[in-house]
Amino acid sequence: MAIGVAVAIVVFAALPFAGITIPGIFDGPLNGPGTLNLLGLCFVFGALALTYDLVFGYVGLLSFGHALYFATGVYVTAIALARWHWSLPAALALTAVVSVLLPLALGAICLRMRDIPFAMVTLAFAQAGSILVMQNPFGLTGGEEGLALGGDTLPAALVGVVNTRNVYWMALVLLIVVYAIAWRAVNSPPGRVWQAIRENERRVNVLGLNPYLYKLGAFVLSAFLASATGVVYLLLQGGANPQVTTADFTLALLVMVVLGGVGTLWGAVLGGVLYEYLDFRLIALANTTGVKDLPALLRVPLSEPLFLLGVLFIVLVLFVPGGLGGALRRRFGAALGGSP
Amino acid sequence: MTTIALLLITGLGLGALYFLIAAGLSLIWGLMRVLNFAHGAFFTVAAYAGWSAANAAGGAPVGVRWLIAVLVAVIVGAVFATLTEVLLIRPLYARHVGQVLVTVGLSLATISLVQGGFGSDPQTFALPSWMTATTNVIGANVPNTRLLVIAVAALVFALLLFFLRRTRFGLIVRAGVENRAMVQALGIDVQRAFTLVFAIGGAAAGLAGMLAATYYGTIDPGRGTSMLIFAFIVVIIGGLGSVTGSAVAAIVVGVIQQFLNYYATGIGDFSVVLLLAIVLLFRPGGFSGTTT
Repeated sequence: MAIGVAVAIVVFAALPFAGITIPGIFDGPLNGPGTLNLLGLCFVFGALALTYDLVFGYVGLLSFGHALYFATGVYVTAIALARWHWSLPAALALTAVVSVLLPLALGAICLRMRDIPFAMVTLAFAQAGSILVMQNPFGLTGGEEGLALGGDTLPAALVGVVNTRNVYWMALVLLIVVYAIAWRAVNSPPGRVWQAIRENERRVNVLGLNPYLYKLGAFVLSAFLASATGVVYLLLQGGANPQVTTADFTLALLVMVVLGGVGTLWGAVLGGVLYEYLDFRLIALANTTGVKDLPALLRVPLSEPLFLLGVLFIVLVLFVPGGLGGALRRRFGAALGGSP
Repeated sequence: MTTIALLLITGLGLGALYFLIAAGLSLIWGLMRVLNFAHGAFFTVAAYAGWSAANAAGGAPVGVRWLIAVLVAVIVGAVFATLTEVLLIRPLYARHVGQVLVTVGLSLATISLVQGGFGSDPQTFALPSWMTATTNVIGANVPNTRLLVIAVAALVFALLLFFLRRTRFGLIVRAGVENRAMVQALGIDVQRAFTLVFAIGGAAAGLAGMLAATYYGTIDPGRGTSMLIFAFIVVIIGGLGSVTGSAVAAIVVGVIQQFLNYYATGIGDFSVVLLLAIVLLFRPGGFSGTTT
């Protein structure tokens, strides 16, 4: 298992030097900027799904507001860079501070509720964030149009098509680091308490531990890591778009995690990577002549990626409760690890 | 004074729409512990079905077409909701998170399908002339659509209360909200009450879909989701499972939102979320006071 992961990391790290093409899977050569950008986004969403799995899969907190913390990373960094013309380290420092304080304050309120009411409240706060971004207060967020990073706001090594590979490596490192932190966290003593809370919160309480504080800790850690993935997303996209603040974006995260398998770290990564890849390829599929020539009854559903993913999601929830990760684990046994 | 009256009535109209969505959500949650994300899809699909029906009845007078649209929307909402309950919610009995996830998937899939089929731009909607006229209320020229929406919601509220308090099924629903296991233990088929509550919720959401089209003058695929979020807020503030609580909270939320949005767009929406946070801090169970 460990050797396989090491090989995969080396292969992906060396990818920008490989000029081969894989027709049907990627358009253009593997080291082309388009493919590297897509792969980078896949890594970012893998890492993001992982942070979501941390609260949803390991603590059992069904948060519908995770997009807010991803968007915090995207927007705080973008505003500091593009509007206030701060240097990258200063912008990152500010983002780091906000990414701890915001989930701490909101988590403290939301965690007064449990289960479904908790889900609704987190959704409401995320919606407030979305409204705030759309309203474009003081001309900071750019409203519906988003906020583009100019070429002069970033170090030269991160700008331009030629340097896509640098940002790609950054996304790969992000995924590895987030995975390592998440793995360390869920295998630490507090991580075991998280899983105990998921199974039976009252019992944890009776054992003399305060579930509220453990839940808040997990919430803040997960939100902070989500903000970190937001920063890399911003660098990959070269700008912020309000899409990432919406409720639909959180729902997409939920789809990713359930797709890959709730409660396993690698399952969540798989789900995130697969979702982003499918989302991208399904749009491309919709524009192929084969689909365009179909009658409207078939063409319309096939050209809506969200429809196909939504249906896939329903089928998985109904018939494959553990997601793809769970199905793989049943097939190949416990060698793949993760909690049952 | 004129402005205040206008804002108050417009806010009440918005609150009426929230109530129609929230009442079903609240009952569904109270009885079945299902957070129904598909409620926004019921709203949207019903509105588009009503709109298509009104277009199909092209030759008829505008008023008749409007009535057809409302009727079709209510029926489509109820049927869609019933099918959802029977086909998607029921197989996942006792898996609450799974039930939520299924409704999330359904919501994503149907709304993107509507968007693919009808486009994401708002579609205009023909209204009878008496609706587009205004009525003078204490000096303010209030659009009649606002008054209509309020009247219909009040009627639905009265009907729901009658159903819950005076009918046998209503008794079962109320008892089920109180203690579902006990009702089952007494040999009553709660499953049928589930389906019924879903159908009623779907019909109310469908009605809300068409009334929102009347209120705004247009329909668009995204409105269901954005109204659903405020309906969630209404449900929590009102206290989960309480129809009266939802009605009170819907009025409070609608009026506050409308008043503050008048001074600066977006502030109202924002304040409503703030209100939710304050209510949660001081009364975690909402207005009606239960803590579950």
